[in-house]
Amino acid sequence: MSESTARDALDPLRALFAHDAAKVTAMFLAIWALFYAFGTVLGYGNNGLLALVRRVTFLAAVYGIVVLALNIQWGYAGLFNIGVAGFMAVGAYTVSMLSGSPTGVPPGLGLPLPIGILGGMLAATVVGLVAALPALRLKADYLAIVTVALSEIIRITYNTPAFANITGGASGFDNLPTSPANALLLSDPSSTISEPTAVGEAVFSLFAQFGIQRFTAINTVYTVGVLVVLLVVYLVLERAGKSPFGRVLKAVREDETAAQSLGKDTQNFKVRAFALGCGLMGLAGILWFAMGPRASVTPVTFRPNITFYIFIALIIGGAGSNTGSVLGGALFASLLFEAPPVVRNIVTDAFDVSADPSNLIEALVPVAGGDLVPLAGFLLNNIDTLRFIGMGVLLVVLVQRRPDGLLGARKETAAGVSLAANTRPDRSDAAGNGGGDGE
Amino acid sequence: MATVSDAGDDIADAAVPEGVDLPEGLEPESADSDVEEGAKEVPRGLPLRVKGLRKEFGGITAVDGASFDVEEGSLTGLIGPNGAGKSTTFNCITGVHEPTAGDVFFRGEEITGLAPHEITRRGLVRTFQIARQLDEMTVLENVMLAPGGQRGESIARSVVPGLRGGVVEQERELREEAWETLEFFELDHLATEYAGNLSGGQRKLLELARALMTDPEVLLLDEPFAGVNPTLEEKLLDRIHDLREQGLTFLLVEHDMDLIMENCEHVIVMHQGRVLDEGPPEQIQDNEEVVEAYLGGEV
Amino acid sequence: MEANPAVERGLRAARRSPGAAVVWAVAAVLFLDLLAKLAGVSLGPFSTPWFALWFGGDVPLSQFAGFAWDGVVIGAVIGLASIGLSLTYSILNFANFAHGDYLTAGAFSGWAATYVIAGIGGLLALAETFVNALTGLGQSRAGDVDLVSLVLLRTPPLDAGANIWLSPLAIVVGLAVAVAVTAGVALALDRVVYRPMRDADGISLLIASIGVAFTLRYLVAFVFGNSRRIVTSTEQLPSLDVAGAVTSAVPFLAPARSSVVVDLHEVTLVVVAALLMFGLHVLLQRTKLGKAMRAMADNRALAQVTGIPTERVIRSTWLIGAGMTGAAGYLLVLSQGGLGFQTGWLLLLLIFAAVIMGGIGSIYGAIAGGLVIGLASRVSLVWLQGDLSSFARPTAFALMILILLFRPSGIFGGVKTA
Repeated sequence: MSESTARDALDPLRALFAHDAAKVTAMFLAIWALFYAFGTVLGYGNNGLLALVRRVTFLAAVYGIVVLALNIQWGYAGLFNIGVAGFMAVGAYTVSMLSGSPTGVPPGLGLPLPIGILGGMLAATVVGLVAALPALRLKADYLAIVTVALSEIIRITYNTPAFANITGGASGFDNLPTSPANALLLSDPSSTISEPTAVGEAVFSLFAQFGIQRFTAINTVYTVGVLVVLLVVYLVLERAGKSPFGRVLKAVREDETAAQSLGKDTQNFKVRAFALGCGLMGLAGILWFAMGPRASVTPVTFRPNITFYIFIALIIGGAGSNTGSVLGGALFASLLFEAPPVVRNIVTDAFDVSADPSNLIEALVPVAGGDLVPLAGFLLNNIDTLRFIGMGVLLVVLVQRRPDGLLGARKETAAGVSLAANTRPDRSDAAGNGGGDGE
Repeated sequence: MATVSDAGDDIADAAVPEGVDLPEGLEPESADSDVEEGAKEVPRGLPLRVKGLRKEFGGITAVDGASFDVEEGSLTGLIGPNGAGKSTTFNCITGVHEPTAGDVFFRGEEITGLAPHEITRRGLVRTFQIARQLDEMTVLENVMLAPGGQRGESIARSVVPGLRGGVVEQERELREEAWETLEFFELDHLATEYAGNLSGGQRKLLELARALMTDPEVLLLDEPFAGVNPTLEEKLLDRIHDLREQGLTFLLVEHDMDLIMENCEHVIVMHQGRVLDEGPPEQIQDNEEVVEAYLGGEV
Repeated sequence: MEANPAVERGLRAARRSPGAAVVWAVAAVLFLDLLAKLAGVSLGPFSTPWFALWFGGDVPLSQFAGFAWDGVVIGAVIGLASIGLSLTYSILNFANFAHGDYLTAGAFSGWAATYVIAGIGGLLALAETFVNALTGLGQSRAGDVDLVSLVLLRTPPLDAGANIWLSPLAIVVGLAVAVAVTAGVALALDRVVYRPMRDADGISLLIASIGVAFTLRYLVAFVFGNSRRIVTSTEQLPSLDVAGAVTSAVPFLAPARSSVVVDLHEVTLVVVAALLMFGLHVLLQRTKLGKAMRAMADNRALAQVTGIPTERVIRSTWLIGAGMTGAAGYLLVLSQGGLGFQTGWLLLLLIFAAVIMGGIGSIYGAIAGGLVIGLASRVSLVWLQGDLSSFARPTAFALMILILLFRPSGIFGGVKTA
């Protein structure tokens, strides 16, 4: 009896969690709570707390966007693109070249930012198409090799001293476009200490009441903007996925010959899915690297490693599910990427670990004598390296044990209308008629 | 795509001077004059004509100059022992393989070498020997995938709020049509089941239902009864006869001789890549050669 | 008239596959241009609206020979490493993205062994130390040296004596250790990671291998640190300016305009690589293993049915492939001196290029592909001079992409495993 009442009490909660929006909201709230707790333990003030939470939110949001973009290519159409870094690079570099100040070094064209952003997305799409168009016919693993090679070619091209006067070479493109948040809040967008605009005045005074500095306020506004973009991208892809278009992509992923035999020009669908994905990767590159807090467009950023992070995030969330992509991106960015260094600081503070052995052997030898402090110090100081080892192990474990990820929802139905059993146009049973057009 | 490559071949053919011996494999796949002649010969209404079809894989000739016609509204059976080249013939007709030589005409138009999806769009639709249901899609999704001309296959129309209305409307219509088709095949109780969970026979039914949703004129069925239990086989046959009455044409590859003899009015026998005999079932049954081929093939 | 059929055939082929025709045309122009450059013939400039083009030019033969030798050296390493990748790709049916990190593991383990042996004073001293430690008699030779620094490759190369002229035995033992450790690592990883996934599709295995790559690479960084270091010494190393030697030996030749220095480390690399490749050739020709591997590469299910012990063949494949890769890593460092935890990873795409060029599953193709990629990445410097020299690697990548697009079976396709 008590069990069933408990179930009854939980039912509404379960029903709520059946909704994707609830899952995503709950996860973001949990991440915020966790990092708020981290910050409190570290004794941060309001400004520090907000900065910490904002940083992890920003990373979660940009990861969300790029993982969504990869999901339309791999999760839906089965196109194994591991050149994500290259497409993000094209987006970030192109927007900088188009909208950077003409007087800066290297010079930009000074075009308005919206045109720059569109140009960046378009350039990423075009590069993706030109280079990958013939490759889409190839086996999945060949496509993988072609795309990773392409992303390296792109990176080396931006890196080369030969084009340094256009791209900035190895030191990167320094002359970045003005962040839209600065433009919104400040009369002189290039200087954070300039007079605020009317909007800026209101925002800054609101934040000031909580003791939050102007710099943090500007970044927070930008991060909210990125969250909005994430929402829009999510809705677009959710609609594209749950439509006849997404249905054909799923068919291509599962059995291309079958899709062809039903009259679908599968190559055409693959090309369009690939193009859409590349354009969104360009957008992610722009929002992540070309503007906003700590923006920097340098070739080293676009090493293949970042592509693999994005893959790990997608696999965590579950390839084929848009909601899973957002969840996976946020979980990866917060727990695997941002949390370890913060945890290190907390542990170092709490236990006053000051030992700093210069190598593993020096750290291990004292263990024989029962002294664990040097090893702890060594582990904490190398937490960045350990994090990568952990990511590798996690990837293997996921592929072996849980290839479908959190929301292994490759099985979301793809249609513009509900395909539930109650949608049957039943002539005898009027109750079911026309029901469930949950568009 | 196809027209481009055709044009390319034409130029290439024209560029070969008379009397120059080309090495094997570089011979023009079809002389221009032949094509025109063939096209003239083929009556516009004739659903399917296969002429001199030849397919080699490496050194092995799977189909060796097969020619036959399929008449309007008929239920034609294509039989032959294992390795006779039936499936390869199917694959060449439907564009899965490009034939080494020979032509395929659909309604008087040459369709040789077209991509599979182009052939399907013209109304010549196939099923596969091993059913190719899409496992991770529901039965209803499988069926709704098939119809051509879906507005929602455009990204913009699916996504942009103002344009989406038409897509949803069409989806509703398709859904209704899909339910009807599933009822016709008595698969409606499985509509929300994933196709991967169906039994072998149900998969065959689903494939036929899906093929039907493309609005075909001619259906090529590759062993539709293999692995289907007798009750379901009966049901499937009934459906095929129903559809014939509605004007569809069928070409059927089948192993079960009795089934072919009972149901088809025209039978084509293939042996070693060639057409051994064709005609009404009675004629085929009396043909010594055919019996020989079967026995020879079996032993 | 007689050339007509050939020309016609060429034209027809060009119409069928215009992309491939363009590639061949570009290759032909580059080849002619190279000949013209070597002969010192220069035509042009042909001005276009944007830039001027020269055909030919002046490239000293000795400079070209220098590039070619460098290409052979790096090509031998790539060839050796690509054998393993090609074998696992065809037999286990997946692209192993951890292969480069196997190479790194081999390089680090081998050089750690070399450092310890050479640092203590050679094999004899090592044996003496060992015996002393066991019996408790005598003075340990290890007491004089900082063993930790030696193992972690933190001693300056000359102090450790990492030089084939000064401590040849240490190098030989190091090479053996590199082979053994890499093979061991590969077998262990196969047991833990790949074996439970034998029936998985190629993409799942590929993703798992990316996880393995991360783990292995950062484990190496964790133990050895993430700084790149020079671990060999070229002090007193015999070397020869081949160009100078040739021009002075042959009376009619003018003095060479640039030198082509070949040192003993490079020669060792090429000779050892050639010996290993030849040994593998014999192994595969003379044993059943070669046949079994070929059968498995063709059709695993069929091989299993016909009674080939597939698990054993898979183990042998890892053993051979990883062993060769470990040797490649060790030898690469011998000739180039530099070693970092990313060494193998940075080479991985070039190794893939070689495998694809040679045709997946073909050992001889992989070796030839390695040489072609090595040569292409160095000889392309004839055109990519100055600032453009950073495009040498992208040239090799582009070559690989072109092969994948136009001849996915590889340019030596058809040559099979044994």
